[in-house]
Amino acid sequence: MEHYNMNLTVKVWRQKNSREKGGFQSYPVKDISSEMSFLEMIDVLNEQLIRDGEDPIAFDHDCREGICGMCSMYINGKPHGAWKANTTCQLHMRAFKDGETITVEPWRAGAFPVIKDLMVDRSAFDRIIQAGGYISVNTGNAVDGNSLPINKDKADASFAAAMCIGCGACVAACKNSSAMLFLSAKVSHLALLPQGEPERKSRVINMVAQMDKEGFGACTNTGACEATCPKEISISNIARLNQEYLVASLTSDK
Amino acid sequence: MTWKQVFTSSVGKKLVMAFTGIFLILFLIVHAGLNACIWANDGGEMFNKGAHFMGANVVPRILEIGLFVGLILHIVQGLMLELDNRKKRSVGYAVAYSDGSKWYSRSMGILGTLILLFLVLHLSDFWFPNRAHQNFVLGEEIDLYAKMKETFSVLWVVIVYVLGCLSLGYHLAHGFQSAFRTVGVHNRKYNLMLVSLGLGFSIVVTLAFAMMPLSFYFGWIN
Repeated sequence: MEHYNMNLTVKVWRQKNSREKGGFQSYPVKDISSEMSFLEMIDVLNEQLIRDGEDPIAFDHDCREGICGMCSMYINGKPHGAWKANTTCQLHMRAFKDGETITVEPWRAGAFPVIKDLMVDRSAFDRIIQAGGYISVNTGNAVDGNSLPINKDKADASFAAAMCIGCGACVAACKNSSAMLFLSAKVSHLALLPQGEPERKSRVINMVAQMDKEGFGACTNTGACEATCPKEISISNIARLNQEYLVASLTSDK
Repeated sequence: MTWKQVFTSSVGKKLVMAFTGIFLILFLIVHAGLNACIWANDGGEMFNKGAHFMGANVVPRILEIGLFVGLILHIVQGLMLELDNRKKRSVGYAVAYSDGSKWYSRSMGILGTLILLFLVLHLSDFWFPNRAHQNFVLGEEIDLYAKMKETFSVLWVVIVYVLGCLSLGYHLAHGFQSAFRTVGVHNRKYNLMLVSLGLGFSIVVTLAFAMMPLSFYFGWIN
């Protein structure tokens, strides 16, 4: 593939803090290599802003290899940019053309308030996990890995759900700001395994209750979440969650 | 978990939408099937017999109460969900994300409202006058077939009915599969079936209903 350099205009959301109103600001960036990642391009822009005595753009990032779920950014109308099954850190500049204007926005959801610029507070996800995304284990020596037979299909489906990195792109993409794809992945990967059995019913009930409390919207099965998910979490997990919830609510004692 | 907790949770509300939606889908099958009698080409004899049965027999009349309860639940819960969901994002995006989902799946609230407006016209055209006469409040039972013929002789009425059917079709194109997903259908072997069955059902129902006013207007039936 041919390498090339490009000049771009980055139209980015600037917001001082969660209380103040934000707005878009456009910055020109020059000589951006087609082989840079999107975050490296933002790094270049930030160096430029620091040299000019301006406040650099705040954004979340950590591993920069597509596995940690820290990077966000809603790029040209899609979470994590145009590439399929991809995170912002793995979006490379060859996805753009010379002279293009790129619009970068933070995740937009009431449950994800903006901290600064492109950074949003995703601790609501942590609280949903705390409400039930765990299993009980006996203390003592670790159990032998093969002592519990698990059907291969179920292990694979569970692993596919466990791929969720909790980045919040599903919430950002959803017209209802619903966290159901995230929640369904977290419920599914445990519901499919025998280890998840003891808390199976209380898990789904408590996690849904926490999700509603955090102010996420209700799911309408549009499929926008699945289409944008960097880990290609299937929307079928949402149907599984619905089933788990229905069974739990019909068979609970109270 | 108490019933109150279930039905006030986001998943519980969706379950209400799904179960009432599936009930309304079943109603559509009955409604379309019975109305298809107009194509018997017998001057409306078979159709009027069916219409008389639906109004005079106690079983469909009891089911009718259930239908209205289901319909009202579906409308009220749907509107509440739509308004509530809209509040979840106070600052919108400058560039909308529209590639990941179908426009009609994002427009269920608007499509539903269009169907509701259509229903007001539709019920005042047929259901209200028909039931009023069947109960002998306003005299003898009316010839519903003749009433259809008369109503669908006006062009704007036919156009509004066809548009109403189209709204219903798109509402079903998403609603059918969404309802089954909400009640928990996630097995791979059913997933593909759901999508094609949902699309097929919405096309057949839309065509069947839209053909009724068109058939009368263009004189395709005797």
